[in-house]
Amino acid sequence: MSLDQAEPAASTAAAPGVPGTHKEGRRGGASTGRRARDRRSGQWWTPWLFLAPALILFLYFKFIPMANALTMSFQDVRPYLGNRWVGTDNYATVLESAGFREAAWHTVVLAAGQTAGSMALGLVLALLMEGQSRRLGFVRSAAFLPVVVPIAVVAELWRIMYHPTGDGMLNSLLGLVGWGPSGFINDPDTSMASIMLTGIWRGAPYDMMIILAGLTSVDRGLYEAAKVDGASRWQRVWHVTVPGLRSVFSILFILAAIRGLRVFTEVFLLTNGGPDGSTEVVMTLIYKLGLEQNRLGVGAAGAVLLFVATLILTVVVQLLRRRESK
Amino acid sequence: MSAHTETALGLTESRSAGGRVLKAVVHLLVLVVFAGPLLALLVSAFGHVKDPTQLSVVPSGLTLDNFRIAFDQGVLAYLLNSFLVVGFGLLLQVAVSVLAGYALARKKFPGMALVLVAILATLMLPEEILALPLSLILSDLPVVHFNLVGTLAGMIVPLGAWGFSILVMTEFMKDVPRELEEAARIDGAGDLRIFAQIILPMCKPALGVIGVFGFTMIWDQYLLPLLVSTDSSSYTLPLALRTLRIDPAVTPGVVMAASLLALLPSVIVFLFFQRSFVSGLSSGALKG
Repeated sequence: MSLDQAEPAASTAAAPGVPGTHKEGRRGGASTGRRARDRRSGQWWTPWLFLAPALILFLYFKFIPMANALTMSFQDVRPYLGNRWVGTDNYATVLESAGFREAAWHTVVLAAGQTAGSMALGLVLALLMEGQSRRLGFVRSAAFLPVVVPIAVVAELWRIMYHPTGDGMLNSLLGLVGWGPSGFINDPDTSMASIMLTGIWRGAPYDMMIILAGLTSVDRGLYEAAKVDGASRWQRVWHVTVPGLRSVFSILFILAAIRGLRVFTEVFLLTNGGPDGSTEVVMTLIYKLGLEQNRLGVGAAGAVLLFVATLILTVVVQLLRRRESK
Repeated sequence: MSAHTETALGLTESRSAGGRVLKAVVHLLVLVVFAGPLLALLVSAFGHVKDPTQLSVVPSGLTLDNFRIAFDQGVLAYLLNSFLVVGFGLLLQVAVSVLAGYALARKKFPGMALVLVAILATLMLPEEILALPLSLILSDLPVVHFNLVGTLAGMIVPLGAWGFSILVMTEFMKDVPRELEEAARIDGAGDLRIFAQIILPMCKPALGVIGVFGFTMIWDQYLLPLLVSTDSSSYTLPLALRTLRIDPAVTPGVVMAASLLALLPSVIVFLFFQRSFVSGLSSGALKG
């Protein structure tokens, strides 16, 4: 799982620059000259010096690439020949191609399925395993393992589990209840659901941990009150716990949706878009366009569209959250 | 936690025999679903070399044959690459994060709000979206004109600055009392000394958090090494798994043996620093 979307608290309400107006330390000392003062409150460039490594790396590997993606998306990129400005042709190519539209649809379906499945299962797991006993701690840690296993390993493991013949691991399980054998990732009808299942297996424990942390902040007094009012167990969960977790759900939703839209590795390793393009997602398509067919301009246009979709999604969810908290 | 150990479902209250059985069944089911496949991986890695189309969940005798074949395929070299990338990458990432965190948490300066917005914006720009331009830039860095393609440095340097780590560090460093810093300033200590001798030592738990998250994040990288590597000599272990699988001479047992080597480091880090991990998850996600 890439945690790089976990969004820590950042108070952006930083008051812009008032240089430290702290009290003079030593009164009437002879050394209240310029140098001593600089020592105490620092030069104007001190913070920038501390920030320099981060800013330089961000510039090189985030902002310049993003700017390049934007410019490339309006160009016909020709290495060694110089790029040609083609206006919005690349975007037209992308939006008119059936392949891209299909990939976008697959991406949305996969993102929605994984997000909903992981959150629902994560909530069930969290409710079942909330508590303090040592055994619960052990079971929770074991359940969390899929999250820390590298995605490449998860994909290889599930690829073997999904073996399409009757003696494959999951097919033997299906055989026990008289179903199967399913083709899983080798059958266009089930390939998408199979990738989704793998995603949920890895996503649900992560959501479970976050929801568990959220459960601790639900007011215990409300549980007591619900008990006194004679609410049943399910009423208590539905009317006390779930509303108390609202902000946790919206954060999980943002994180999972962003992660879902840029899904690449598990699809690349499990099916690489196959069979018959049934699991082609936006990122695998961009990878093929840009790095295998060298159509960099068209690939860049696809990436910019993906970024815009992510941005819109995030902004919309943030606005909804703002409105709710008012 | 309060003295109230009330839970949402109130399962802990069920003391009856039926409730106990139900709980045990639920726990067992969770273990089977989430840890079962990993157990199958473990058993298959040590299982006998046959031509299995399936993973063995029941041990079929212990053998190290799978590992032997995996080593013959050069898995140790890939593992070494992975360790080099995660070692240097984490050092760089932690260093960059504590320096940036110090400036953002302990200083007020013009342009600070803009820097924070820029850092938040980077969280919206994952490697996936930047893949194509990033691969071009890595082959010819602007201004300095280095080519990082085909080198391990190309997989390390881009991960040096991570918004998540910087923001976690900033939050923690804000909590160090001002008085300590004031006192040191009066004694004539400069910024570097205050940073190294006062602020950093007080942020040890935060170092644990960004260390664990950074390790997991770097170890899990796939697309970046894929973009950077030109041939298998610079593959990290996760990349090599696919090459192994495609090789017709390699059985699933061997892939599982290599997979086990690929998952052990991050699982060990998680188990050892579980507390940091969970506190990072909850503080990172719930304050936002």
